[in-house]
Amino acid sequence: MAAAPAVPELELVGVEKIFETKRATTHALTAIDLTIEREEFIAIIGQSGCGKTTLLRILAGLVRPSEGAVRAEGRSLWDGAVLDTETVNKLGIVFQDPNLFPWYSVEDNIALPLKLRGVDRKTRRARAHELCDLVGLTGFEHAYPRELSGGMRQRTAIARALSYRPAVLLLDEPFGALDAMTRDRMNLELQSIAAATRATVVLVTHSINEAVFLADRIVLLSPRPGRVRSITPVPFSRPRELELETQPEFQDIVRKLRHQLDEDT
Amino acid sequence: MDRERFMKLLPWISTPLLLIVTVVIWKLSTTAFDISPFVLPPPEAVAQTLLEFSRQPDTWLVHARITLVETVVGFGFALVTGVMVGAVLGRIFWLELAVRPLVVALQVIPKVALIPLFVIWFGFGLTSKVIIAAILAFFPIMLNVLLGVRSVEPGHREVMRSLNANRWQTFSSLDFHSTLPYVFAGMEVGIVLALIGAIVGEYLGGNVGLGYMVVVSLNALDAPRLFAVIILLAGLGWLLFFAVNGIKRLMIPWHESVIETGIS
Repeated sequence: MAAAPAVPELELVGVEKIFETKRATTHALTAIDLTIEREEFIAIIGQSGCGKTTLLRILAGLVRPSEGAVRAEGRSLWDGAVLDTETVNKLGIVFQDPNLFPWYSVEDNIALPLKLRGVDRKTRRARAHELCDLVGLTGFEHAYPRELSGGMRQRTAIARALSYRPAVLLLDEPFGALDAMTRDRMNLELQSIAAATRATVVLVTHSINEAVFLADRIVLLSPRPGRVRSITPVPFSRPRELELETQPEFQDIVRKLRHQLDEDT
Repeated sequence: MDRERFMKLLPWISTPLLLIVTVVIWKLSTTAFDISPFVLPPPEAVAQTLLEFSRQPDTWLVHARITLVETVVGFGFALVTGVMVGAVLGRIFWLELAVRPLVVALQVIPKVALIPLFVIWFGFGLTSKVIIAAILAFFPIMLNVLLGVRSVEPGHREVMRSLNANRWQTFSSLDFHSTLPYVFAGMEVGIVLALIGAIVGEYLGGNVGLGYMVVVSLNALDAPRLFAVIILLAGLGWLLFFAVNGIKRLMIPWHESVIETGIS
């Protein structure tokens, strides 16, 4: 029997973030304490400008917090100003924009992280094909990104983030630019990808429905400076179906969160 | 679908038609308006000269080869130095700021005005023409590369950063590919300018090259020959441009400029 992990997957303790430019000082985040367990699916919601993207970028090691600690599996992400790259290598990030390289085929885009890690060509190809199957891009391995639809591009970006089997998947409004129907489908797929890879997922979104549909817990941030206003557990069993969204229990949680968001304005 | 096919075929139909129309108007103006054959020779006279050219290639092939060499060597120098200077100025911001006024000043000089100087300095041989071709081609290449190295998408940089890529990896997977379309844009302008530089250089000095043949035909008032040499020069220009364009298609098949328009 495997021992339960004593340390949480991700941990934020007393995180503050202040952006200083010549013209303005922005207090983006304050007093953020957050513990994310292994294989948990966390959604972060809040009004635009509340610092949710900043929070995700702090988790990804792309932004250094002004105060406080970020830990992954108990290891601090930052040692002074130095990033612990070994820890960061266990994180996969998907940006709002797919940010695919137009000069690489789907396959080469997906395998890029493996190439950077010195994985040989054959293994890279095999892994890329495996991921194409997982995210539903089979048959498009050799297409260029420009030949793909918006949804397919974002799937490629997700596959790229998954290529090196990260323990944690960080997603910054990945489906924000997609139409509602594609978005529903992508949400279903994201759920099954999370289940298949057993990754811990942190999803930033501005869609309450999306958050309730996907997450185990929803972190609601207050407007700037962003702080954790509430953490809402979502009790529905998995796999969740789209009809769930029509259930009164689902609507209740959505309503409650909507109410909290509206209170802040 | 049919419309799309038609659009694809259109340039292949329109170009020969336009050429025929041009020749017909040319022919009509020589007969109808009684234009002196010294000013505008009839098309058949030019065709006659071209036919002679094809029968005796040694009368012009030497000259064409020399112009080609001057252009390609000058362009080669411009490409190497243009990419290097452009990349350095693009990456080192303060340096670019420091030399910007000078670069702009140099750029706006009508560079063909300097050709007599180069003839004095480097003689009537190939060297002066190569240098002129290089200087003309240098600026568009350098400026495009400068723009290119600065136009890497921040989102792409972020991807490389989130993947802990080192400098070399970031260059080889991102900066190189991202800048390449700009290099080719500069090259396509540069190759044409290099040819102009070589020809004008030949106009002003020396006794070889197609430019020299133009001058000789002019001095002999041999209008059909003048036209024929100009057509040879146009052919050389096309050849060089499509060579660069072809390399571009091979190197950056993913780029918009290669897919959508077909040519260039």
